[in-house]
Amino acid sequence: MKISTIKDLLEAKVICCEEGLNRHVYSACGSDMMSDVLAYVKDQAVLLTGLVNSQVIRTAEMMDMNCIVFVRSKMPTAEMTELAKESGIVILATDKRMYEACGLLYSNGLVGNRVKNV
Amino acid sequence: MSEALKFRFDVDGNDFTSAGKASVQVKKNLRQLGLSPETIRRVSIAMYEGEINMVIHAGGGVAEVTVTEDCVEIFLSDKGPGIKDIDQAMQEGFSTASDNIRSLGFGAGMGLPNMKRYTDYMDIKSTVGVGTDITMRVNI
Repeated sequence: MKISTIKDLLEAKVICCEEGLNRHVYSACGSDMMSDVLAYVKDQAVLLTGLVNSQVIRTAEMMDMNCIVFVRSKMPTAEMTELAKESGIVILATDKRMYEACGLLYSNGLVGNRVKNV
Repeated sequence: MSEALKFRFDVDGNDFTSAGKASVQVKKNLRQLGLSPETIRRVSIAMYEGEINMVIHAGGGVAEVTVTEDCVEIFLSDKGPGIKDIDQAMQEGFSTASDNIRSLGFGAGMGLPNMKRYTDYMDIKSTVGVGTDITMRVNI
């Protein structure tokens, strides 16, 4: 699924790295616990989270993720945005809650570790 | 690569925000060395979890990464409280982290299991009241 499609489905704002909107993600992970995210390697995944601190960006970087979506109207700090820019990670922010955001992406074909119609 | 390459980092135990900086640097260094993306990811995740542990449990410490022809070795050493029961600490979901740490997204009891999951060898030497030394290796 293209990151731009994720943006549209979640009616999200682009916080940084807009130039990466044409890239694709092939799996997704929704969690506020970073160690749970780190437990399962996924290639080119998007991370959905309501946690706001620098470790969210570092976790995504360690996992080679290229997009983070902040749910529940959470906004990253300026420091976090800088870290994301250094790593070229697209940051989106949506008003939707975690459950709805994950459900929208899943039902439109972004199915966890598998690829379906993306 | 004929000679081993070594990187050494001091991990600041007083600054949660900067935790992980050493792992980010290691990831960059390994990329420059041309290691495979999978090897780099395994090393950096294992080291990142270790770094976070040193910050949240031990007040910081020292991290050394050695790259040889066959493997990447990560050595983490701290003078923290030590681990009372290593077998218990290795169980997924077991954590002694405070609610405050959990609110920061860690302390799910996955740190040490993740370090083992991503490495080919892991050894923990810990003495209560003295500190903890962890050696991990990822084969190239």
